[in-house]
Amino acid sequence: MIPVEVSSVKKYYGNIKAVDGVSFSVNEGEVFALLGPNGAGKTTLIEIMEGLRKRDDGIVKVLGLDPWKNGSTLHRRIGVIPQDFTFFDKATPREAVKYYADLFGVTVDVDKMLREVVLDDSARILFENLSGGQKQKMGLALSLVNSAELLFLDEPTTGLDPNARRAIWNVIRGLRSKGRTVILTTHYLDEAEQLSDRVAIMNHGLVVAMGTPEEIIETHGSGERLEIHGTEELANYLKTNTKLQVEYKGKDLISIVLSQEHDALATLTAIEESGFKWHDLHTKRDSLDDVFVKLVSGRIDEKGEVSLEDANNNSRNHERR
Amino acid sequence: MVSLKRIISDLRVFGRGYLRNIVGLFFGLIFPVILIVIFGMIFAPSSSGKITLYVQNQDGGQISNSFVNALNNTTTVEPVLISPQNFSQYLSAHSASDGLIIPSNFSADYVAGKQVNLILYGNPSQSSSAIVSGTVTALVNQFNLNYYHGTSVIGISQTTAQTHVTKYIDFLVPGLIGFSILVSPMFSLVNISSEYKRIKLFKQLSLTPLTKMEWLASKVLFYILLGVASFLLMVVVGVLAFSADVVLSVWLIPFLILGPMLFASLGMLVGTVSKNTETAAVVGNIISFPMMFLSGTFFPISLMPMYLRDFAHILPLYYIIEGLNAVMVYSNYAQATTDLIVVAIITVVFFAAAVRLFKWRED
Repeated sequence: MIPVEVSSVKKYYGNIKAVDGVSFSVNEGEVFALLGPNGAGKTTLIEIMEGLRKRDDGIVKVLGLDPWKNGSTLHRRIGVIPQDFTFFDKATPREAVKYYADLFGVTVDVDKMLREVVLDDSARILFENLSGGQKQKMGLALSLVNSAELLFLDEPTTGLDPNARRAIWNVIRGLRSKGRTVILTTHYLDEAEQLSDRVAIMNHGLVVAMGTPEEIIETHGSGERLEIHGTEELANYLKTNTKLQVEYKGKDLISIVLSQEHDALATLTAIEESGFKWHDLHTKRDSLDDVFVKLVSGRIDEKGEVSLEDANNNSRNHERR
Repeated sequence: MVSLKRIISDLRVFGRGYLRNIVGLFFGLIFPVILIVIFGMIFAPSSSGKITLYVQNQDGGQISNSFVNALNNTTTVEPVLISPQNFSQYLSAHSASDGLIIPSNFSADYVAGKQVNLILYGNPSQSSSAIVSGTVTALVNQFNLNYYHGTSVIGISQTTAQTHVTKYIDFLVPGLIGFSILVSPMFSLVNISSEYKRIKLFKQLSLTPLTKMEWLASKVLFYILLGVASFLLMVVVGVLAFSADVVLSVWLIPFLILGPMLFASLGMLVGTVSKNTETAAVVGNIISFPMMFLSGTFFPISLMPMYLRDFAHILPLYYIIEGLNAVMVYSNYAQATTDLIVVAIITVVFFAAAVRLFKWRED
């Protein structure tokens, strides 16, 4: 069975198209990341899949069930960390796990569970006194209580320090090795790249790219480039005297697209012939980060709403959050 | 299917959280006891409960002295003799309104059968002045009668309307039990239902098998237990510290169950329909405060003007307190039954509305 199937799903809030016709499916045992800036529609989409929000249009099947209509049946079989996970201030992680186990009617080894998420040292600290990372770990522990076959983790590491993030990553890797299916939202590119088998990049309620990180880079990246430090005159010389795609990026940096094998050689020959000075020659390939910035700001550009610079600032802001 | 196991496990987590929170404990258990102690002390019948009457005896003769003695022997007035000086200045300097001047020729004129007037100071708007005036007039009549060696034809033999005399504390105990039945569940549920909505905790709980009905049931159960604890505490303090005379009967049990259920549901409703935490708090206060003072909590409702008494009939707490009074003070079970029926209907309506309107998740 395909754990998650989403087809042409839409959710509008007045004029705002939070999710504007999204389709994808997630395979069993896969870690699938929804990547995108804030406001891209990730949380709305994940909440529709969890049965917390009603969709306006489209079809959603989660573990074969309609999440909105069969919510209570579905909830016994999925584990969830909602965005901004919270709990009763005056309860400890140990009590929380016991509470969830009681609600789900399962027996769990509380200590083992807390050890698994590296929270055993804070088992008896009240929730209100836990750090942000400890709170997220507790959320993760609660999502594991019912041994769900499918987990939804909505921004599980947002705002956490590197150590706490790595601890949570390890738990997610552990889930993957146990064959669990995980759907993850994040606006951290490294997180998506590190953890997921496949990524869907969302922007303005749409999926703008989908596939393994390599596939996305291959499809949407600009391929391999040669980067060289030299003056604008050198760049102009290359543009006039070769058929190469040359771009002067400012600050003495020239970028040349290597679309054919002999392009590198042709570039070097032309540089030598020009007599201009140059240094620091290296080749570069787009990372997921480059592709992400391009895709996200590209969409904004197409609609003509935000300038490229604003879009870049926006994506940086999202990174920080 | 409602699961008792889930209700109990939610109750355990909520109860533990409550007991760890000093503010909740204070308002739930300690505050009503403090109220009972304060009001009990203010209105406790005391031996020196007489009204002070400043007396300037300008005469000093035998008759005037026996008049002062007679005043002293009344149960209502305590004469305090002051030396000759400006009398009205003295009264205002002592923030007193009741005073009596016995003129210098009082004894001689009385013996001679010559008309003589006492000068009585008082404030017509104060009930103490009316009592003083009544007492002094009665003594004057008695002295007039004595002068002619007369005897009274009509006398009064006093008795009370009830089989036993009800004291203020007897009303205060049921009143404050009603108060705590209102305050703890109402304020707590207004707060948590709007706060949990804000921090999206309800949404999170909706992802577990716990149902909203079970969640509300566990809160109701908790406030019933808290209500019973607070009830026992207040009865013990009322009886031991202030000799309250209250009847404890099984009739109290339905009130102690339905009361917290009613106000937990009402609090839930307010928190659910309010847009945010601040609005919820304001609406909660607007509903609770009139109820807190006008339902017979701190004083019997019969002391209020008629229009306020009519208004009290729309307040749910009124029926709870009237019912508690009917059981604990008057042992009037017909009245208690009527109140119980009204309370049960309101409770069912509020509980059903709360469960229906309260949403775990959003559309």
